[in-house]
Amino acid sequence: MSRAVPPTARGLTPLDPRRGGVRTDGRVRGWLAGIAVAVAVAACGSAEVEGDGEAAGEVSGELIVFATASLTDAFDGLSEAFVDANPDVEVVFNHAGSQTLASQINEGAPADVFASANLAQMEVVAGAGNLAGEAEVFTANLLEIAVEPGNPLGIGGLEDLADPDLVLVLPAEEVPAGQYAREALEAAGVGVTPASLERDVRAALSKVELGEADASIVYASDIVASDGRADGVAIPAEHNVVASYPIAVLGDAPNPAAGEAFVAFVLSGTGQDILAAHGFATP
Amino acid sequence: MSETTAPTTSGTAAGVAPPRSAVVLGLLGLTVLVLPLLGLTVRTPWGRFGALVTDPVVLQALRLSVVSSLAALAVSVVLGVPLALVFARYDFPGKPFVRALAVLPMVLPPVVGGVGLLAAFGRRGLVGRPLAEATGITLPFTPVAVVIAATFVAMPFLIVTVESGLRMVDRRLEDAAATLGADRWTILRRVVLPALWPSLAAGMALCWARALGEFGATITFAGNMPGRTQTMPLAVYLELERNPEAAYLISFILLAVSVAVLVALRDRFLHTT
Amino acid sequence: MSASAPAPSTSTSTAVGLRAEVALRLGTLDLAVAFDAAPGEVVAILGPNGAGKTTLLRALAGLLPIERGQVSLGTQLLESPAHGVRVSPQQRSVGVVFQHHLLFPNLTAIENVAFGLRSRGVGRQEARTRARAWLERVELDDHANARPGALSGGQAQRVALARALAPDPALLLLDEPLAALDVDTRRSVRQQLRRHLDAFAGPVLLITHEPLEAITLADRLVILEGGRIVQDDPPDVVARRPRSTWAARLVGLNHYRGRADGHTLTLATGATLTVADPAAQPGEVLVAIHPRAVALHARPPDGSPRNTWQGTVDALDIHADQVRVHLDGPIPIVAQITGAALADLDIAEGSPLWVAVKATEIDHWPA
Repeated sequence: MSRAVPPTARGLTPLDPRRGGVRTDGRVRGWLAGIAVAVAVAACGSAEVEGDGEAAGEVSGELIVFATASLTDAFDGLSEAFVDANPDVEVVFNHAGSQTLASQINEGAPADVFASANLAQMEVVAGAGNLAGEAEVFTANLLEIAVEPGNPLGIGGLEDLADPDLVLVLPAEEVPAGQYAREALEAAGVGVTPASLERDVRAALSKVELGEADASIVYASDIVASDGRADGVAIPAEHNVVASYPIAVLGDAPNPAAGEAFVAFVLSGTGQDILAAHGFATP
Repeated sequence: MSETTAPTTSGTAAGVAPPRSAVVLGLLGLTVLVLPLLGLTVRTPWGRFGALVTDPVVLQALRLSVVSSLAALAVSVVLGVPLALVFARYDFPGKPFVRALAVLPMVLPPVVGGVGLLAAFGRRGLVGRPLAEATGITLPFTPVAVVIAATFVAMPFLIVTVESGLRMVDRRLEDAAATLGADRWTILRRVVLPALWPSLAAGMALCWARALGEFGATITFAGNMPGRTQTMPLAVYLELERNPEAAYLISFILLAVSVAVLVALRDRFLHTT
Repeated sequence: MSASAPAPSTSTSTAVGLRAEVALRLGTLDLAVAFDAAPGEVVAILGPNGAGKTTLLRALAGLLPIERGQVSLGTQLLESPAHGVRVSPQQRSVGVVFQHHLLFPNLTAIENVAFGLRSRGVGRQEARTRARAWLERVELDDHANARPGALSGGQAQRVALARALAPDPALLLLDEPLAALDVDTRRSVRQQLRRHLDAFAGPVLLITHEPLEAITLADRLVILEGGRIVQDDPPDVVARRPRSTWAARLVGLNHYRGRADGHTLTLATGATLTVADPAAQPGEVLVAIHPRAVALHARPPDGSPRNTWQGTVDALDIHADQVRVHLDGPIPIVAQITGAALADLDIAEGSPLWVAVKATEIDHWPA
């Protein structure tokens, strides 16, 4: 799979140059620049972004957020805090795999904000001209090996997943987590025979939680969310893949003001603290 | 002849048409039902039909779907027809409750069914754990799991169709056969089954169509592995992103099969008058 | 238990009689009857709907277990709850013809007739040969390969008769065999049925509610009402001296219950009749008056009849040139008069009339 997604979010050229060449739409290039700026800003921990978050409070109405499945718990916490600050806003979430959300948006689903688990799916939406402005990377997620509580099989790292007797399930390669898992295994030089390619990362984790699978590769945030039903085994940095999560307000947003406020809140210190509490890493 | 019994000109049943508003609403309802099918037909990449239908992912899914749905149909007939016989011919305490349990998968969200199948046949399941401990065999993530999942959701369709068919079989024919010396097995084989055949055929067609379209219980219980547990509906779901043309094509094949089954059943299933 | 399958080949194996003592409850029906049927005897079971006729037949066929009593064919005990004996329907040598032929719709006529032979272990070829012979006897050999759906009602019922007779049963039961047929068909099938019943060596039980069918086909009539036998007599006795109102209506007689004392009969309503022949001793009697013996007059009659009273016309039934006039009054009665007489009387519902019955026309016998 040689999709033009960088192995890590540190690479800032997520687009296939050929597609970029064909598409002369200014938005695509604008979006590219946006990612670059956002990552730079986020990396510096800008005070301005925090200020934006604090300044919110006058937005109202329904806010529809399409957020990737791995953000389910973290965004629940975030929206609570956001609604505390903006009591007139009602936040409605649609959680699914990033690729599902991207196609829903491109098919015209009404949404204000899109938070993707990878740059590629944000690119899909940007490529269709459906972003209001620029996408910003707001958080990151590291991979971990999910094992049964107490790690009964004593799995120590990716190389242990090569055991053919081990029941390994992976997220399908169509979803970002699956893509990253493959990159990590490739980087570690480990060949595996998965029993199943699950439709999303939560489904893969649930197979471990239910005891049907011995191991999976999931996001660190998912291990936190599993609340003890699965344990995480760390993957060393040289093999690990950092998933960068971009967020953006959508072009056809019914409530763009609330969207902007929400994005600002996610990028604020409060938002970042909540994300960290759910196992997410600083981008 | 009194007034009440005198025939009136507008009273003939065949001549009275429903109100026009009902026709309009009915057409609207039809549109809701038919438009997605039309959309699917329009989107299907007919020009690349040949190339797509020989795509390994499509072929594998097609083969697995056909084999597993036919296997589920066979299991459903072998187990479901006797169960329908029991329901139609025996009375026992708690029968309404047991019947409801047996057809529950028809209304249960298939994903819930899949979770239930894991709880029963999974590695830690009621039956799955002793099975794994005794034989080392585990069912999830295997083609067998695909068949079990499809059987779970599809067999009730066979059971209800055959049971209602059995209720329409004239019991007196069975009495007549008994007075002629036929034992129970002969009565079943030569009297009940021939009379039941139309219902059985309808039940089998519905059962097979449902097994072919099964998604939720399969992906939950059997997982998704191309060539092993990825059936056509699973392929549609996962291919939609990577290879939408293939997804449309598979969707269309599933649609065509379903329409064919329903058209074949029109006399028994759609034409209920 | 002597429940072995009967030998199917010997068509005139020694015929045996039926002894039936059947008691069972089914829903609101409380059935308790006892009767015999001799070899070759045709016994018609008559009775109103719900009397238990079909239940009795099903019990004799073994399709319904009896609670008390005993059923035996010759020396073979078919059922006796007291002795824990119950021969299954399959093992009873009983042929049944059902009201709606109940031919197997998926089998041809010849396969239907061969069904019982095959079930009782006759080889395929021999069963076919014998089935064809039976179809010839009911004159349907040219319909051997027709399915029941392609047969007329009369043809289907004849195939059903052949099917019941083909295994050479010891007992033949017929449940309203002609009821589902139209009038013309009924006549021709009845004639054929008569021949086959005459030729049948064992006892025959024929359930019917058609008096004509019963009288033309049966040697004996058993009247069943409310689960009990109210009369068990030859047809001519039932026709003359029915023991119940239902049976009297069946044979078209006016029927009363009362007390006899000499030449005077006192009916339940208190009205009295004078009869020609005095009762041997005072007591309960049943009384029958034929409708033809009832004379109607527009004015009070003068002359001999001692039994006259005034009534009003309740209803008129017209059958061809005969009219049955139903009258209300101290003694409700039906008179049968000619169309010409009706015209002379110039009556309609509600008209007052004088009724006269000769003492010699009143039949009475101890209840």
